[in-house]
Amino acid sequence: MSEAELQQKATTADSAAKPTVSIERELTQAQANLIEINGLNKWYGQFHVLRDIDLNVRKGEKIVICGPSGSGKSTLIRCINCLEEHQQGSIVVDGTRLTNDLKNIETIRREVGMVFQQFNLFPHLTILENCTLAPIWVRKQSRKDAEKLAMEYLERVRIPDQALKYPGQLSGGQQQRVAIARSLCMNPEVMLFDEPTSALDPEMIKEVLDVMIELAQEGMTMICVTHEMGFARTVADRVIFMDEGQIIEQAPPEEFFNNPRSERTQKFLGQVLNH
Amino acid sequence: MSDPEGASINNTSSGPVNRLLNSILLLWRDASIRPLIMQAVVVLLVVAMGAWVINNTMNNLETRGISTGFDFLSQEAGFGILQSLVEYDESHSYGRTFTVGILNTLLVSVLGIFFATVLGFLMGVARLSPNWLLARLSSVFIETFRNIPLLLQIFFWYFAVLAALPHPRQSYALGDALFLNLRGFFFPKPVMEQGLSAVFISCLVAVGLALFLRYKHRKQRVETGKGISGAPYLMAALIVGIPAITWWLSGATMTFDMPELKGFNFRGGLSIIPELGALLLALTIYTAAFIAEVVRAGIESVQKGQKEAAASLGLKPGKTLSLVVIPQAMKVIVPPLTNQYLNLAKNSSLATAIGYPDLVNVFAGTTLNQTGQAVEVIAMTMAVYLTISLSVSLLMNIYNKRVALIER
Amino acid sequence: MIEQELKMIPAREPPKMAVGTIAWLRGNLFTGPLGTAAILLIIYGLILTVPPLVQWLFLDATWFGASSEACDREGACWAFITARLDQFIYGFYPSEEYWRPNLFFAQLAVLVGWLSIKSTPWKKWVLGYSLVIMPVVSWFLLYGDIFGLAKVDTHQWGGLMLTLLLALCGMIASLPFGVLLALGRRSDMPVIRSLCTAYIELWRGVPLITVLFMASVMLPLFMPVEVSFDKLLRAMIGIIMFQSAYMAEVVRGGLQAIPKGQFEAFDSLGLSYWQGMIMIVLPQAMRLVIPGVVNTFIALFKDTSLVLVIGLFDLLAIIQAGLNDPKWLGNSIEGYLFAGFVFWIFCFGMSKYSQRLEQQLHQGH
Repeated sequence: MSEAELQQKATTADSAAKPTVSIERELTQAQANLIEINGLNKWYGQFHVLRDIDLNVRKGEKIVICGPSGSGKSTLIRCINCLEEHQQGSIVVDGTRLTNDLKNIETIRREVGMVFQQFNLFPHLTILENCTLAPIWVRKQSRKDAEKLAMEYLERVRIPDQALKYPGQLSGGQQQRVAIARSLCMNPEVMLFDEPTSALDPEMIKEVLDVMIELAQEGMTMICVTHEMGFARTVADRVIFMDEGQIIEQAPPEEFFNNPRSERTQKFLGQVLNH
Repeated sequence: MSDPEGASINNTSSGPVNRLLNSILLLWRDASIRPLIMQAVVVLLVVAMGAWVINNTMNNLETRGISTGFDFLSQEAGFGILQSLVEYDESHSYGRTFTVGILNTLLVSVLGIFFATVLGFLMGVARLSPNWLLARLSSVFIETFRNIPLLLQIFFWYFAVLAALPHPRQSYALGDALFLNLRGFFFPKPVMEQGLSAVFISCLVAVGLALFLRYKHRKQRVETGKGISGAPYLMAALIVGIPAITWWLSGATMTFDMPELKGFNFRGGLSIIPELGALLLALTIYTAAFIAEVVRAGIESVQKGQKEAAASLGLKPGKTLSLVVIPQAMKVIVPPLTNQYLNLAKNSSLATAIGYPDLVNVFAGTTLNQTGQAVEVIAMTMAVYLTISLSVSLLMNIYNKRVALIER
Repeated sequence: MIEQELKMIPAREPPKMAVGTIAWLRGNLFTGPLGTAAILLIIYGLILTVPPLVQWLFLDATWFGASSEACDREGACWAFITARLDQFIYGFYPSEEYWRPNLFFAQLAVLVGWLSIKSTPWKKWVLGYSLVIMPVVSWFLLYGDIFGLAKVDTHQWGGLMLTLLLALCGMIASLPFGVLLALGRRSDMPVIRSLCTAYIELWRGVPLITVLFMASVMLPLFMPVEVSFDKLLRAMIGIIMFQSAYMAEVVRGGLQAIPKGQFEAFDSLGLSYWQGMIMIVLPQAMRLVIPGVVNTFIALFKDTSLVLVIGLFDLLAIIQAGLNDPKWLGNSIEGYLFAGFVFWIFCFGMSKYSQRLEQQLHQGH
């Protein structure tokens, strides 16, 4: 077996040796599974934040992760983007395994867009410059192309008229929509959302959620850490509940909300839904 | 499957060189190995540069016939020093000049720190005074002396002001004790005689007892609401009474060694040479201007709400200041204040420009010129300042950690 | 009924005591008996000192003359300054070439004005010019030996020109080193971090005067025999090494103020460390540190006066030398006052500018 095949094998969830015919099937499966996480463990010093996480995300799937604070949900998606290093287990994104190899880290970061709770727009650049920076310097696009693309996405998040302003001049909701557009400009395969509405005033949450729903309907693969249960109901293909660094339960939204299996999930839902 | 790593590994069949290059490339691309490589390269560069410099220095010293090592420290110095806190004359060694220099540097630093602190706090408080004229004057003081080079101020005091003082024969005099003239400021020197040490010790004991009494008084005051009656008088009595009684009992006498005009200069007594005077004046005023700003910023950093809260609790302005404002302001003041102290100590090296015999003057100046051993002499001089700076910042870090802990 | 009761109260003039000169005096000068006493004392002191001072400084002063004898000793002898003004400004620069330093001063004035006035265009380019091209242009302009300009050796440079040159050069050259050292001190790599920390703490722990001694005595020893530096270059190297450490600490302060999210954002967009630093972090950090940079520049500007101990003739040194001229004895107060005045104008102006910037920063955030 060649090294390439070995590598491939390591990346597929189902790794039993098969005759050549089924390699094709494996390949399609690998492509279908955009993100594969196996046996992921992470510690902060002595503190075990992520415990034996297994998670596969198919292309086009929308996943909502919820759970009490400190349950490791943000850490999980930050690991996918290599903002946090993990100590055990494997993460494979679109066929690229997240190792120490900087080339792979670069590739993955190019494929994965991230939206932060605190927006993290670059305050010294205009909205347009925020959106074109990475396409120009990472994707090596021409400024003209990058700006054209950026304007398209800014239109889609409904703020094309703000393009020449600076982030500080925009409301929180507008800034978060810019942050979404900025990530989209890199044409990512998958978008990660880290509590995108938590830092927003209530009246601005909807404008951001609308953009996210639209994105979901267009078929973007999404992993969202959020407490917006309404959003989870409308959009999610699967809802994951995490507590104490583990995945406690995962199910389609109707099942998850209507008859949660574990007691902890029930308790959590009780607190989140009846306030 | 688009795996760049796999692709590059597959190409290795083309030869051992490529295989090697590829494995190096893989190492370079590894997130945990790349930093190690970079650090190793930096260390190599630094070591190589160090070796190059040392090699050059050795060559240069050899061609110039300069000896190396620290043997010179035990050689006879053969030059005099204007002012020395320890016994010193021409026959002492270069090692001794090093000590004399350090002590003179420390002397001017400690005196300067004391006076600069006093003046700086006064000016800083005056700057915030509700009295418009006072605040203006102090801000004029601060802005003037902060923005003029220290060296210029030292020159001004030394060459323009102190040099204009009269000759010893026409000294400004206060009685038969204090004299001020071109050669310095002369004052009587207390001479310790037998029994006086007992008086001295009794003074310390008295102050200790008084402080203990004050502590007891305050404690009782806070716990029971009523202090020891007449405590202040008792304290005064202790401080005055005990030494006085000891004096009387021991029959000690204290004499002064008076400065006297002999020939062209004064002999006896203690004197501040004009170099020290000018340096001290300039350092004090220059640093005080900075300290005043530090103090002002510290007091202003205490929020107005704190004063209002204290006032609304019925604390009087004095108590508000001592119980609420100052403790909070000190936390802001102390770190930059120590910084100013360090600056003062480092700035005292400007002494060399007017010939005050500090470390730089006697060691990095005269000693260096006589021995030519630049590397050793300058390294030792720098090491002294570095030791002072690092030990003070170490203390500062400990202090900051404690303060940070208290705030949690 | 209610309408009648609710009569609007018109705004009235305040009582006489609360406003006006008297109220201001009571509130700000004559605060209580102690305050009043202090004020009277101060006013008395001012009356005693200010008029004679003005008399000496201006009214009785001699403004022009060829030597100390032209001055009567009742007032200040400004003739000393006016007669030697050229030397104080240009040092020993040949007088037929004065247009070159003048051009240098003019260039500086234009650049400083351009950068400090808010509404001027092309700031980035002007800043780039000032930091990169201006030093080179100035060097060739002043040193000559190119484009048909006569060569003026550095030992002929002096006075205010040299003071400005030393300070500017020390400042501009220490910027890149300072930035690198600051980045190094915040690096994840322990070896690089400790090397940078050691460098910074070493230079910050010793007085500039020892650094200058080192540069003038030890630097020639460190280099191969055939390499030789002139005195000015040695002083510059010393100043740059020293100033870089201070600059690094200022820049580090700015870097610390950049939120972690900015680093994460450029990471997640796929930008490399250096791309992120150059395009995202440094532009923001540098904006924050401008006041700090100006403050270290003020300190450096004052400190350049120390070069006199290694035999360079900056503004202070050349005045000091002038005081020993037998023709002009007895003018030390005038000389120092003039030097102090020049330094003060520069330093005070810059410190006001940096305070203004700081206030703008505080309002902006």
